[in-house]
Amino acid sequence: MIGDGSIDRLRREGRIVIVGASLAGLRAAETLREKGFTGSLTVIGDEPHPPYDRPPLSKQVLLGKAAPEHTTLPRRLDVDAHWRLGHAATGLDMAARRVRLADGDEVEYDRLLIATGVRARPWPVEAEAGLDGVFVLRTRDDATRLHRRLTEETRRVLVIGAGFTGSEIASACRERDLPVTVAERGSSPLVGALGGVIGEVARQMHLDAGVDLRCGVMVTALEGDTAGRVRSAVLSDGGTIDTDVVVVSLGATRNTEWLAGSGLGAGPRGIACDAGCRAFDVRGIVTDDVFVAGDVARAPHPLFGYQFLSLEHWGNAVAQAEIAAHNMISHATDRIPHLWVPAFWSSQFGVNIKSVGVPALGEEILVTQGSLADRRFTAVYGHQGRVIGAVTFDHGRWLPFYQELIERTAPFPPPFPTLDRRADGRGPVPAEFPDPSVPTHGPTVTVSGYSPADRRITFTPGRA
Amino acid sequence: MRLVVDLNRCQGYAQCAFLAPDVFTMHGDEALLYDPHAEPAQREHVARAAAACPVQAILVDDLDGAPGPAEEAPGDR
Ligand SMILES: Cc1cc2nc3c(=O)[nH]c(=O)nc-3n(C[C@H](O)[C@H](O)[C@H](O)COP(=O)(O)OP(=O)(O)OC[C@H]3O[C@@H](n4cnc5c(N)ncnc54)[C@H](O)[C@@H]3O)c2cc1C
Ligand code: SF4
Repeated sequence: MIGDGSIDRLRREGRIVIVGASLAGLRAAETLREKGFTGSLTVIGDEPHPPYDRPPLSKQVLLGKAAPEHTTLPRRLDVDAHWRLGHAATGLDMAARRVRLADGDEVEYDRLLIATGVRARPWPVEAEAGLDGVFVLRTRDDATRLHRRLTEETRRVLVIGAGFTGSEIASACRERDLPVTVAERGSSPLVGALGGVIGEVARQMHLDAGVDLRCGVMVTALEGDTAGRVRSAVLSDGGTIDTDVVVVSLGATRNTEWLAGSGLGAGPRGIACDAGCRAFDVRGIVTDDVFVAGDVARAPHPLFGYQFLSLEHWGNAVAQAEIAAHNMISHATDRIPHLWVPAFWSSQFGVNIKSVGVPALGEEILVTQGSLADRRFTAVYGHQGRVIGAVTFDHGRWLPFYQELIERTAPFPPPFPTLDRRADGRGPVPAEFPDPSVPTHGPTVTVSGYSPADRRITFTPGRA
Repeated sequence: MRLVVDLNRCQGYAQCAFLAPDVFTMHGDEALLYDPHAEPAQREHVARAAAACPVQAILVDDLDGAPGPAEEAPGDR
């Protein structure tokens, strides 16, 4: 193929289709144009809205500081695409290179990018999920509905699940002076993503803010009145909570059903791809014309033993989309790998939480700066004698330093003396992640797969 | 005018909150809150904030006053 001019032709007059019109889809479209793609570009999205930003939905929007409809993402340039918004893709014919739409239409492509992301996992009992007052928070429409309800008279909000989104929702409710109960199956908030040591800090933050925090319990049923409005929730410890607003925050499900039967290696854990964002087919053979990016992708990362990481992180969606776009219109020798070091932020209870690397892989944790008690600290995660991740609470400026340690595979515990070390920092302690065989709800990072250097198959059951 | 801040990159230096206080505010000691849809009257302030951000974390469209891409209606365009 190289040198036969086919790539030049593709760049000039090829047809590129992007399915998923959100953060990854938009950034990929912009990058294609920036890199000189002049062919036809079609962006298919099932939501009626042009690409908008999700992180503000559980922060600014719930705090009443930004309107949900005002979260539309800025454009780096006018991408000159055919936007098919409000149209779901329902099927893929890889041999004929066509995407099928819900309205029966078909769109042909030379290169396809799949960026269909994830959706909120609903409350599992359908009749209860359908009660008036039961919400999830993933889309702009979800945020509009939830925000409207929170401005009406509310006795008590129940948040089910204390991961990042659930904790942010609880924080926003308290800031609005709404009574909130949080029910979490794990031993503390954020335990799945950051472990029990940091989870304990998060627990104190909830309590100090006046959250009625219930850990180690599950909600077993939601009960409604005759008018179909939610009234109470039953807990596994026998307690009940009187509530009229329930926010189900139990993690996310990948949007891959539409690819069933296509022959693409897509399933509930996402779409596996190589480091160049090319999707694998069901046989484990890499495709050359189907690319993936964002929350729906699962890619091997050399820094983490080539394990397949699926990251529900804003920064990953941007970075992976840009790499995918570049590779889609490049010769094989010009392709570049997606080597982004995972990073995300959250803000809750007035504290800025940031992390790099993959804390969830850590066995031990060491507070290197600040102190847990002050909620101002940096903590480093160690995995088999090396630094694998770091988290900061109101210490974000230090993160680039720790990112470099991760990139250099620095030893753990790190060899430098910590300057302002207090009682917390004497030595590494177990990070206290839950036993992966005991299910807790969704961590933001899931790790699975094989390492080429170590052919044993390590399987981590989904913490779903 | 639409904007977004890459909060992975943001170091909380609060330059933006100083230059465009109606759009950017600090929430607690370090967390940045911003209005993703600033009023046109804020254009100059936002432009200055975006230029001054030491880590260039602020992305704004429509800065030069050109109409941004229309809010596409559902369906084809
Ligand atoms: C409330 C909330 C708060 C968040 N806060 C943070 C944060 O603080 N920090 C952070 O790092 N990350 C945060 N995130 C995560 C971040 O928003 C995501 O990582 C990012 O949106 C991923 O972008 P994406 O384009 O890959 O997927 P998505 O944004 O999920 O977009 C996928 C799009 O594809 C559409 N789609 C799905 N199936 C089809 C189909 N068959 N046909 C057509 N279209 C389809 C979907 O409807 C959706 O519009 C937050 C997310 C939420 C929901
Ligand atoms: S100026 Fe830049 S780094 Fe500073 S707070 Fe604003 S966005 Fe963050």
